[in-house]
Amino acid sequence: MPQTPVSFWDTPKFKRGLAKRRAAEWRFKLYGLIAMLIGLASVALLFVSITLNGVGAFWQTQIKLDIFFDPAEFSEENLQAANYGKLVKNTLYSHFPEVTKRKEKRQLSRIVSVGADIMVQKMVMAEPSLIGTTKSIWLPVDDVFDMLHKIDFGRDSSKGGSGLVSENQLKWFDSLVANGLIDSRFNRTYFTAGDSREPELAGLLGALMGSFYTILVTLLISFPVGAAAACYLEEFAPRNRFTDFIEININNLAAVPSVVFGLLGLAVFINFFGLPRSVPLVGGLVLSLMTLPTIIIAGRAALHAVPPSIREGALALGASKTQTVIQEVVPLAMPGMLTGTIIGIARALGETAPLLMIGMVAFIVDIPSGPLDPSTALPVQIFLWVDSPERAFVEKTSGAILILLAFLITMNIVAVWLRQKFERRW
Amino acid sequence: MIFMSSSLRVILTVLAVMLGSFSTSLQAGERDYISIVGSSTVYPFATVVAERFGTSTQYKTPIIESTGSGGGLKLFCAGIGVSHPDVTNASRRIKQSEIDRCAENGISDIVEIKVGYDGIVIAHSTSTDRFSITRRDIFLALAKHVPDPGGEAKLIPNPYQTWKDVNAELPDVAIRVLGPPPTSGTRDAFAELALEAGCKTFDWIKAIRKSDKSQYKSICHAVREDGVWVEAGENDNLIVQKLNADPTSLGVFGFSFLDQNSDLVQGSIVDGVAPEFENIADGSYKISRALYIYVKTAHVDLIPGIKEFIAEFTNDRAWGEDGYLVDKGMIPMSDMERSEFKTAAMDLTTVQLASE
Repeated sequence: MPQTPVSFWDTPKFKRGLAKRRAAEWRFKLYGLIAMLIGLASVALLFVSITLNGVGAFWQTQIKLDIFFDPAEFSEENLQAANYGKLVKNTLYSHFPEVTKRKEKRQLSRIVSVGADIMVQKMVMAEPSLIGTTKSIWLPVDDVFDMLHKIDFGRDSSKGGSGLVSENQLKWFDSLVANGLIDSRFNRTYFTAGDSREPELAGLLGALMGSFYTILVTLLISFPVGAAAACYLEEFAPRNRFTDFIEININNLAAVPSVVFGLLGLAVFINFFGLPRSVPLVGGLVLSLMTLPTIIIAGRAALHAVPPSIREGALALGASKTQTVIQEVVPLAMPGMLTGTIIGIARALGETAPLLMIGMVAFIVDIPSGPLDPSTALPVQIFLWVDSPERAFVEKTSGAILILLAFLITMNIVAVWLRQKFERRW
Repeated sequence: MIFMSSSLRVILTVLAVMLGSFSTSLQAGERDYISIVGSSTVYPFATVVAERFGTSTQYKTPIIESTGSGGGLKLFCAGIGVSHPDVTNASRRIKQSEIDRCAENGISDIVEIKVGYDGIVIAHSTSTDRFSITRRDIFLALAKHVPDPGGEAKLIPNPYQTWKDVNAELPDVAIRVLGPPPTSGTRDAFAELALEAGCKTFDWIKAIRKSDKSQYKSICHAVREDGVWVEAGENDNLIVQKLNADPTSLGVFGFSFLDQNSDLVQGSIVDGVAPEFENIADGSYKISRALYIYVKTAHVDLIPGIKEFIAEFTNDRAWGEDGYLVDKGMIPMSDMERSEFKTAAMDLTTVQLASE
């Protein structure tokens, strides 16, 4: 009886080797998984901590005051000059008839935000028919009391936190809360006002508009210029030392730290051309210099991905080189070019360093109405608020980060969507 | 094809509209808002004044950049005209060299307004017992070279590792101090007011001052580089958070941050005096400095509202003892000083540095 030969596949040596390779395979997969989980965990940590810190910014502690617009003091003629501060304070005092001393009254009046009188003024000027009536108005409380209501900041006097809130103020505030006159309400100011040094009056609209104008200028300059440069380099330029030199330089430019572009902007646009400081036009010019290399590189890659058969087909049918490029190649490469542009613009949206040099990192209250009005930008606003001593700016900062992140995520999603919808596979 | 031409048309239209609006507004070439640069220490106060000024007058709200005292004066002295700032903030006095630089660029008249004081605190977490130190302790703990503990008149590299090594009455915890970087005005003031003051208590070092001023300065101002002094950047909020996380370390920053974060940090007692409002105001707390704003006289007629802005800053409702700047942590000047600087400000008196 012939012995069945032991197959090589059944030898113990082979089985050991196989087990080892499988284990190596499994380990390799595990490393990848761990790496991905670390990345995911850090992103999750960032989002969770910023969200927890930041949601408070969208809510503002407010006080309900029933304000009577006395026709004896207010008439349509003196709306501008009338004393609204007194009106707000007197309404607040009426809840505490026992407070009579001047110093105590002063302390009591600190509960309401210093901006309350202007809010009331705006309300009456918009609607003069309020005169002679009593209206319940929700007004923001001072940032210290906002923090007191939200996180009990300053309540524990044994910790030395009594510096900002006196015992009397604590007593009054608690009685207002007990009477249901204090409530956390949606913070509209946060989205409709410019910057302020009073956290309860500070808003993001100025920074959002500044970012909008800056990015608009960036887009209008960097996209046409970048697309044209990519087209020329990819489709028309001869291959020689000179174009190689340009290509190397474009790749180098993409890696230059952004603050260098700020210095360039300061030297060229402000000092040489005499454009004003702190304006989105200069910011946009600087950021377009920064995004240009990204757009050119992405554009060239997109054009390169269009198969030569398309060009040859068009040329064979009698189209000129320009007709071929504009009518056939560029439309096919457009999704890729747009993706590159959006990613470049998203990076520009998050930049602070170049704006520092051209004076856009500044305290600016008025909301810009055009690219030549001084303004800040969203990341700059975050930078400025982080550095403010008032506690309430901590949550305002995180709130602004949330909004910036929302914009960046939206832009990236649009980029991905564009790529998937229009991408052609050959 | 259709996609391309329609988007091209939109882009071209928008470009044309934008260019049109740029060229019309560029031709104006004037500025209707005040431009302010300068110290990050004065920034929180100047911005409050600017905001009130903007809401209470018909003028636009001034624009304030935080560039540091030195950076601000450099921009300020660059020239006259709408492209240069009108006002600069400083947490130290202007230097003769800077006045000369201004004069070279045609700025001969600068108004100096002292606006108040700022205390520098050495704070730590509220979870530990309050620290009480002297400026001599601060110098011994932080200087790069310290006098030989043996009593001889020579310097040795700083050997102290714990506060107890420095002074037997202090607790036995490692020295670790978080503070601002050398670019900061706070750091300059801290070196001068705390380190140098502690340094001067050694008679033989004080004697060097007369013979060799630069050597004296390098002995007294040099901070150790072995990791005991940690440069925590310009962001004072960050220092507050780090102090909270590590209760044994100390942090150096301005009084306004202590005032706003008193639930997390407390100020150490220095030379027996606590860093409290009253003590800084009457001068008994020694580590405090004056804050200034400088105004370009030539711009007063060029930019609308400068005089009114100065008037708001020097109004008692702003810088007075009950003013809103005090609520933000600034230490007011005495009545006499206030009226003196208000007069100088309103008359636009040009600054004269007394010759040293």
